[in-house]
Amino acid sequence: MDYATLLQILDSTLRLGTPLLLACLAGLFSERAGIFDIGLEGKMLMSAMASGAVAALSGSVWIGLGAGICASLILAGIHGLASITFRGNQLISGVALNFIASGITVLVAQALFGQGGRTPPLQGAARFNPIDLPFAEALSSVPVLGPFYAEVLSGHSILVYAALAAVPASWWLLYRTRFGLRLRAVGENPAAVDTAGVSVVGLRFAAVAITGVLCGIAGAYMATALQAGFGREMTAGRGYIALAALIFAKWRPWSALGATMLFGFFQALALRPDVVEGVVGRKVPVSLLDALPYILTVLVLAGFVGKAIPPRAGGQPYVKER
Amino acid sequence: MERLPKWADVALVPLISLLFAAVISALVILAIGKDPVEALNTMVTGALGSAYGWGYTLYYTTSFIFTGLAVTVAFHAGLFNIGGEGQAQLGGLGVALVCLAVPWPHWTVALLAASLGAAAFGAAWAAIPAYLQAKRGSHIVITTIMFNYIGAALIVYMLVDVLRPAGQMDPATANFPKETELPTLNHIPGLNLIFEKGVPANVTLFIALAAAVAVWALLWHTRLGYQIRAFGKSEPAARYAGINPFRIIMISMLISGALSGLMSINNVMGEAGRLVQNSSEGAGFIGIAVALMGRNHPIGVVLAAVLFGFLYQGGAELGLWTSIPIELRTVVQGLVILFTGALDQMVRMLLAWVFNFRAQPRAA
Repeated sequence: MDYATLLQILDSTLRLGTPLLLACLAGLFSERAGIFDIGLEGKMLMSAMASGAVAALSGSVWIGLGAGICASLILAGIHGLASITFRGNQLISGVALNFIASGITVLVAQALFGQGGRTPPLQGAARFNPIDLPFAEALSSVPVLGPFYAEVLSGHSILVYAALAAVPASWWLLYRTRFGLRLRAVGENPAAVDTAGVSVVGLRFAAVAITGVLCGIAGAYMATALQAGFGREMTAGRGYIALAALIFAKWRPWSALGATMLFGFFQALALRPDVVEGVVGRKVPVSLLDALPYILTVLVLAGFVGKAIPPRAGGQPYVKER
Repeated sequence: MERLPKWADVALVPLISLLFAAVISALVILAIGKDPVEALNTMVTGALGSAYGWGYTLYYTTSFIFTGLAVTVAFHAGLFNIGGEGQAQLGGLGVALVCLAVPWPHWTVALLAASLGAAAFGAAWAAIPAYLQAKRGSHIVITTIMFNYIGAALIVYMLVDVLRPAGQMDPATANFPKETELPTLNHIPGLNLIFEKGVPANVTLFIALAAAVAVWALLWHTRLGYQIRAFGKSEPAARYAGINPFRIIMISMLISGALSGLMSINNVMGEAGRLVQNSSEGAGFIGIAVALMGRNHPIGVVLAAVLFGFLYQGGAELGLWTSIPIELRTVVQGLVILFTGALDQMVRMLLAWVFNFRAQPRAA
């Protein structure tokens, strides 16, 4: 594998890692506040459909993005209602919402466009188009780093850079603000937060809403940047992979970046059987490559990467003392 | 909060949940510009209006009893097995390997062997997530979902590169020999008076009902069943009582996987007569809804399986006769899971409020 091929793969890594990163950060806020969210997948799917459909109808990708975030927020609201207000089973709520999203996206897309549950192909202003970073052209002659800057970092859609910026932003919000401290506390010991006179329910709903917004961006990225339109089940388990990355990252923003990019790298490899065969030196079945990100997820969960300790109050509804 | 009478908790909560799910589904149908009454009519006529329709409904019911029981057993151990889909597909691989291995003299022998194959492969596919949960604390919900994807990829590999007969285009195994064909309900003396046309429902239905009885006996009338339920209620208490967590997690997940795998004698051996891609068609996931709707009790599971059999066959009829996409089934399934599994507290609060309201005048 030469340097040019490596750069191509790293370029796809960033492209494919972005939705994972956004979803992973989404899960991070929710789980840090003590709400398990298996429903990242459904929220992304819902947003992908809504943004794809609205972008196609309005011709503006930004309106599409807004619609995607709204759609994702609706599911997040239901999840909050079920798991915070009515203290239901958070896992089951997430799974249920995933099924609902899986079915309803196809129903709506079919009713709107009649193209077998897809949205029409997007082009021009209805898509997030690649933007070149400044001096990419000029610097590309600098050895090693120049091509890296020009090939890998430059030439992505704005959402990729937004996702990367979300990492330090999440870190700052969680570790350097009062809101972040309370949010982390509510995931570890909600009773203490309650005693301090801060609303557990309010904080948890805020966390779930942030999750909704980030999943919404992730889904919109899938439909309007990574691909040109929504297709059924297009998220293909990314929500679950993001959850695994979250455990791998031990619920920390910077580690989330590393973990999701690792998964992105494996997804990029799965798209390049020729490269894998060149490195391994023999023919690899395509289905094995397809399964690779999922197998890696299991290996990560199996804890061959060190012990991961989840937020202590995760998954438990908070019952206020009377 | 007031406690509900037991009958209300057992019967009324699922029924009201179902009603909510139905109302929202109707709203969804309205929102996409279709007529919910016409949709319901099509579903009822197609699934329950004739012996032929029942033949399909019961065929789906059979699969859902297995997957519903699978989720139920795991639930009682406090484990959420979402891997029924993958376990059922691997079970199908077991059935195919057994059916194609040797020339079977009679379907009864083949059925016995294929059942063992299906159960063994399904259990094996559940074993790894179970082990990882028991030994490494890996979240079983995520690992079983991952194993669904890995299982699907494995089946594709087996069908495309290994089991596909030379010269065949579509990724599937060869057709199973004639001797392995299971009698469908229209071939069983007595029942053939009701089912005149050929239907896919087959003898597996009786195996499913037997499995329901077996699960009931296991959970409520054996030492192991008691340990499983005790472990599911409270792990520390079970541990204190000397129950080995590793053993319970492994055994309950193996049983769960075996039950999921067993559903493939219904679809792979009983209906298709060969293994194709995505043979279980989401039945593994339906098991979650069936188990929740059936309140994790075998009787409830069988009733809920009939309901979902109706929903599935009715949904297929919708896809056939109306322009409502078949994905409506997935939405209804999700809604039922949401209301029975996650918003059950809301339904209960609502009911408690109604009961209190009725009780109030007498108290005063």
